[in-house]
Amino acid sequence: MSFETAGYQLAPVLPELVLAVGAMALLMLGAYRGQETTKTVTTLAVLLLIVVGVLEYMLPAGKHVTFGGSFIVDDFARFMKILALIGSAVTLVLSTEFLSDPSRRIFEYAILVLLSTLGMMVLISAGDLISLYLGLELMSLALYVVAASNRDNAKSTEAGLKYFVLGALSSGMLLYGSSLIYGFTGTVAFTGIAAAATISNVGLVFGLVFLLAGLCFKVSAVPFHMWTPDVYEGAPTPVTAFFASAPKVAALAVFTRVTLTAFPGIVSQWQQILVFVSIASMALGSFAAIGQSNIKRLMAYSSIGHMGFALVGLAAGTVEGAQGVLMYIVIYVAMTLGSFAIILAMKRNGQPVEQISDFAGLSRTNPLLAFMFAMLLFSLAGIPPLAGFFAKWYVFVAAIKANLFTLAVIGVLTSVVGAYYYLSIVKTMYFDEPAGQVDPVRVEVKTVLAVAGLFNILFALFAGPVVSVASAAAKSLF
Amino acid sequence: MTTWPILSVTTFLPLVGALIVYLSRGDDEAARRNSRWIALWTTLITFAVSVILVMRFDASSADFQFVEKANWLATGITYHMGVDGISLPLVILTTAIMPFCIIASWKAITNRVREYMMAFLILETLMVGTFSALDLVLFYLFFEGGLIPMFLIIGVWGGPRRVYASFKFFLYTLLGSVLMLLAIMALYWNGGTTDIPTLMHTAVPRSLQTWAWLAFFASFAVKMPMWPVHTWLPDAHVEAPTAGSVVLAAIMLKMGGYGFLRFSLPMFPLASHDFAPLMFTLSTIAIIYTSLVALMQEDMKKLIAYSSVAHMGFVTMGIFAGTMQGVAGGVFQMISHGIVSGALFLCVGIVYDRMHTRDIAAYGGLVNRMPLYALTFMVFTMANVGLPGTSGFVGEFMTLLGTFKVSIPTAFFATFGVILSACYALWLYRKVVFGALVKPSLMSMKDLTFREGLTLFPLIALTILFGIYPKPVLDMSAASVQQLVNNYNTAVTAVKAAALLQ
Repeated sequence: MSFETAGYQLAPVLPELVLAVGAMALLMLGAYRGQETTKTVTTLAVLLLIVVGVLEYMLPAGKHVTFGGSFIVDDFARFMKILALIGSAVTLVLSTEFLSDPSRRIFEYAILVLLSTLGMMVLISAGDLISLYLGLELMSLALYVVAASNRDNAKSTEAGLKYFVLGALSSGMLLYGSSLIYGFTGTVAFTGIAAAATISNVGLVFGLVFLLAGLCFKVSAVPFHMWTPDVYEGAPTPVTAFFASAPKVAALAVFTRVTLTAFPGIVSQWQQILVFVSIASMALGSFAAIGQSNIKRLMAYSSIGHMGFALVGLAAGTVEGAQGVLMYIVIYVAMTLGSFAIILAMKRNGQPVEQISDFAGLSRTNPLLAFMFAMLLFSLAGIPPLAGFFAKWYVFVAAIKANLFTLAVIGVLTSVVGAYYYLSIVKTMYFDEPAGQVDPVRVEVKTVLAVAGLFNILFALFAGPVVSVASAAAKSLF
Repeated sequence: MTTWPILSVTTFLPLVGALIVYLSRGDDEAARRNSRWIALWTTLITFAVSVILVMRFDASSADFQFVEKANWLATGITYHMGVDGISLPLVILTTAIMPFCIIASWKAITNRVREYMMAFLILETLMVGTFSALDLVLFYLFFEGGLIPMFLIIGVWGGPRRVYASFKFFLYTLLGSVLMLLAIMALYWNGGTTDIPTLMHTAVPRSLQTWAWLAFFASFAVKMPMWPVHTWLPDAHVEAPTAGSVVLAAIMLKMGGYGFLRFSLPMFPLASHDFAPLMFTLSTIAIIYTSLVALMQEDMKKLIAYSSVAHMGFVTMGIFAGTMQGVAGGVFQMISHGIVSGALFLCVGIVYDRMHTRDIAAYGGLVNRMPLYALTFMVFTMANVGLPGTSGFVGEFMTLLGTFKVSIPTAFFATFGVILSACYALWLYRKVVFGALVKPSLMSMKDLTFREGLTLFPLIALTILFGIYPKPVLDMSAASVQQLVNNYNTAVTAVKAAALLQ
């Protein structure tokens, strides 16, 4: 019996293989040619991500399981992987300027992003707890280094260290939970756990709680969110954009897959945890953001809140809920990348500005930028007809169907509180007197902004196809 | 019969106009003039197209007409547009008022004219869409979307407390609406679709009716606005630029009444019947209390804002009476109030443009310098009071008549509102227009210009026409109102009969 026929086919992991080999090749290129190759390596990395995305898209349809069940490629995985790849590629594009500074010519940056993305892809396709941990660590280790990539900056270093220490703690919790689950079910495979975990016993629930705690850390849900504001503020802006997009996709994907495929027998157990976590995240994300004056810190609280909203869909534990999560994350990634493109575009005399007060009167000095940002902010607040409304619609509609009325009511009420601080930024841009000219926006930032902005404004026009793709992807989990 | 999507054209034409305004770059005087003219022509053409709707409308049918349906989101959520006798008058009101708003802003708005015109055109699309959407999600899209341009209109071009007013307006309305959104979702799972005509014929369980009614009430009561959630309105009105106040009073307030008519009554008849006493109480309080508050105002716009709340009280009272006269009167009162209150805000805007104050005490004796203005203002004051012969009378009379059949105490107390409205409206008129012209700042006031006359005289004609001959509006809505009232009564009687049998 050959290796291939025993359930260890290599075809489904082709995109991952290409990405791994490509990343190694680029590493060699950089190592032998030195830091002058930063630009070339970054460009090639973007191309590599695009190629991998196309390969992922071209994989034969249907569900493929390989490596003895450790690696699953289904519609859900494909959807999330392509989204994560887009997130990574766009943030690499947005990093061009950051990397062009002579003191920061580090080709490793792109390599680390590639490796982190590889970790995400493994994570999204994980079919057991081992590959889950493998993917999670590959993703996180690369992220710790990227967070500290602005080596001469104390804040950036602090962010990297903080992220590393807390991340290690969360990995520990996740491992502890995994070992308990293994002990009480006798298997690490999700399908095996699902078969064994039909009645809840205390040990298994303990394991589940620790596992979910580890995952909550990665999606930065309350009460495991403390690292987010500091890391978001401290890390260089392109890195923050990266943190806020692709890793969130992967973490949310594995969150969804673990809860829905490994523990469908004890839904009521994890449902109460998720209800608590999402209410706490939505509330903290809304209330704590009000007092922020730094736009990146504000985006951190905003992303905590948004993860809370996405988890509302997951708490429903149904196909509609999974579809809601998928819709939410697509729209969230677009809104986040658009917002960070704007934050990157905000420069005065070559220096980036990050205070909300720096946005004052932007509607006079750069009307188009202000308009795009205003639309993104209204969208983040969930005001129709912008994309953010549809994201909220699909998660709450699932919650209502699952009779989670309290969760839904609290959720929409916190979204009104959240609207307040988004409106405050619009107010600063539109109602206040200008705080001075902003520098011309670089072309790659403009492109990202245009695509994300148009996606956000015109989403209502092409929502139909997105909904059907998300629906198919959600069904593949059940 | 119709080969082109006439309703969608009416809805989205202003949006196209906004795009054209956007493309006309530049910030000099010529560019400003261009955007004004483009906006005016867009609103005029939109109005012309909406007149085709009236001409082709079959008033004898209670069904939705000019129906357009297209796939949108999968699973029961479609792009579905159409109008019936209840929504068509409101669509026409919207398209008719908009050109006046543009003309009224001609000279008053001098900074960021392009953005101003775009905001108004986008707002028009969203308002027409609200009245013609036949899918709940689509309706919500238009209904809530209107907050964005209005927020900017109040915040950018408003008065000194514009930030406070715009935030209060936005958050207040949003808070009410998100609860409605959840009810829409519950209805979606109950009926499997968000198609409004289908949902009107879908049975809703009694418990869901109660909760859904309350959730829709939260949204529409804020929008209407009803006492005690009306406090955003005076602030928004006072701070908004003249045209913004006109749109708010004439059109956006009607979305609440329209919502009650389109959703609460047909979809939750039992809950509507259960809650009718609550609505009567709140309406009566609104009519009497806000009229008394209006008596004490020192700001002209605030006075008219409070009087709007009182007049909307008549609308909710009539609607929830559930009788033919009450509902038809409610529809008529909405149209009439749209014309009259819009015109009153235009009147205030005219003296504000000259004096830059809305303090009632700053005026007096205007009749000596501005006879034409005095005459115009008088017509609208009388219409506001509800003098027979003006459109204001017809609406108030019909709603009172309709309510009298259902609840005599409500009708009795609401009638005091008519007297009180005479007190504050005449008091305002006397303070501003009559008396000796002693204040030196008023000595140089000029009478209405041609442009100002252009905004007011058509509205005078309509006020008097509908006062003497209300038939066009009543006929247009009669069939739909009849069907609405019949369905409502059938549902209520069926439940009462069932309760008796047990």
